[in-house]
Amino acid sequence: MANIASLFRLPKLSYRVWRVWMRNRDVFMKTYKTGFLPPLLEPVLYLLALGLGLGGFVQLINGEPYIQFIAPALVAVSMMFSSFYECTFASFVRMYFQKTFDAIIATPVNIEEVITGELLWGATKSLINSSIVLGVIFAFGLAPSPFLLLIPPLSFLVGLLFSSIAMCFTAIVPNIDSFSYPNFLFITPMFLLSGTFFPLAAIPELLQVAAQLFLPLTNAVKLTRALALGRLEFAPLLNLAWLLIVTPFFFILSINLMRKRLIK
Amino acid sequence: MNREILVEAEGLKKTFDGLLAVDGINFKIFKGESFGFLGPNGAGKTTTMKMINGVSPPTAGNLTIAGMDVCGNGREIKSMIGVAPQEDNLDPDFTVFQNLTVYARYFNIPKEAAKKRAEQLLRFVQLEEKRDVIITYLSAGMKRRLIIARALLNEPQILILDEPTTGLDPQARHLIWNKIRSLQKEGVTVILTTHYMDEAAQLCDRIIIMDHGKIIEEGKPMDLVRKHAGEEVLELVYSEEVMKLLKQTFRNARMEVVGDKIHVFTSHPRGAFSKMLKAASFRGAVIRDANLEDVFLKLTGRRLRE
Ligand SMILES: Nc1ncnc2c1ncn2[C@@H]1O[C@H](COP(=O)(O)OP(=O)(O)OP(=O)(O)O)[C@@H](O)[C@H]1O
Ligand SMILES: [Mg+2]
Repeated sequence: MANIASLFRLPKLSYRVWRVWMRNRDVFMKTYKTGFLPPLLEPVLYLLALGLGLGGFVQLINGEPYIQFIAPALVAVSMMFSSFYECTFASFVRMYFQKTFDAIIATPVNIEEVITGELLWGATKSLINSSIVLGVIFAFGLAPSPFLLLIPPLSFLVGLLFSSIAMCFTAIVPNIDSFSYPNFLFITPMFLLSGTFFPLAAIPELLQVAAQLFLPLTNAVKLTRALALGRLEFAPLLNLAWLLIVTPFFFILSINLMRKRLIK
Repeated sequence: MNREILVEAEGLKKTFDGLLAVDGINFKIFKGESFGFLGPNGAGKTTTMKMINGVSPPTAGNLTIAGMDVCGNGREIKSMIGVAPQEDNLDPDFTVFQNLTVYARYFNIPKEAAKKRAEQLLRFVQLEEKRDVIITYLSAGMKRRLIIARALLNEPQILILDEPTTGLDPQARHLIWNKIRSLQKEGVTVILTTHYMDEAAQLCDRIIIMDHGKIIEEGKPMDLVRKHAGEEVLELVYSEEVMKLLKQTFRNARMEVVGDKIHVFTSHPRGAFSKMLKAASFRGAVIRDANLEDVFLKLTGRRLRE
């Protein structure tokens, strides 16, 4: 019991979390010019290949063009990929190979602030990358609603969730190769099955419910789609509530798991 | 003497999943003193340094820094300590200069002050020429110097140096020794671990020798040498007759056979060996000053540690 409680201890945080965030920002700013290219070009490829290419053979029930259906999903997918990558591979390299966290905790910044800074940076990466994708689909005319301005703040929240989940894995994997498991078992299925490339209505109802309950990306895709198209009548509030409940859970859990890994 | 105690440990203990790394040690470090932790690999030196620095919580016992318990006062303690860790953890994503300015931010040092301090410290450790070089392109000695510069950013009262000169050439080592001496003069309390006995003898006012997590001896380096190895050591080539003769001449001497040599330690004053060598000649006989290495090997044995 005491063990479980210690996994959900509230972290002691101060403004110092931003010092850690700034460290990562400074590194990012050194290479941002090349860093912008993948998130800019990847969605274009998807839109061409799947949206225009495959989309020519696809007939959606509501008559909507296929490219319009997948475009907002690409924005949500980039939130997931960028933050998950940042807090698995990138954080692991900083923690394990570069000993960056060890160096920082010898200063007045504590381990909980280090991890929080990393999580906030992961969320920031989600914001940056998904905003680029959003710019692309906007340029293609695929995000017509002014509500699209709410997508960047949403991407920060979604990024924080995926960063936190990623950090839980980072806290328990023995080595960097082990990340292929969460990638294969968690990220790839989600990429394909979260109402991204086909409407969830196409699969059995039970699986639909499961996708909503257990796959974070489903909620992110629904919200992004609603905002990009201005279709708020589908009551995405439930999806938002889901994110707001699940994110603090993994946020706190990941910080405590990392504390246990690093403070011996 | 009423010197101020800066670090005090009582029954300090640390276990890692059942492995006893530090086994209930007691010590006091006074303000302004240079204090050395010696001991074979795995003795528990780094573990002790990490506990003093407040990054590794003790399993049992008391540990106070400037009167503050290490548990619960992490921030205050860390802001008055500078650490040069045994393991290189410089930030490879940054240049030499940025390593200092980014690190200064963790201590809340304002930007302009941090830049000034960074320039000063680069001059201090003679790395100005490498200012804008990425860490990966530094030599091992340059990295050690930068780590020491980084440890000084917050103008610490206590400087922890965990093996500051391991792997360095004699020039770099002497440079670092000089820097440490000038910090000592400024009144910085230096806590040092090292495997170089000459370094400990040169730099430390007092030392502790640890083995298997316990303190096995402590004192001033020269006092320990006198106590355990006397003033002079006689080394000569081993043979049965020589051994017999030595035993007759020096009744309560300690003799140690190392390879094909005999080392003879006595409590006789300086000159006893040369008197004997004048009387009879021995093959390959050398008289040298006793040193801290003799003490270390006597107390911790010659066997390698896993
Ligand atoms: N994080 C850790 N987890 C488990 N065991 C550890 C950890 N850190 C140290 N130990 C163990 O504690 C013991 C003391 O290690 P420590 O690093 O303090 O030795 P040391 O005196 O600094 O040795 P060296 O001279 O090789 O640096 C060793 O047996 C080591 O294996
Ligand atoms: Mg060590």
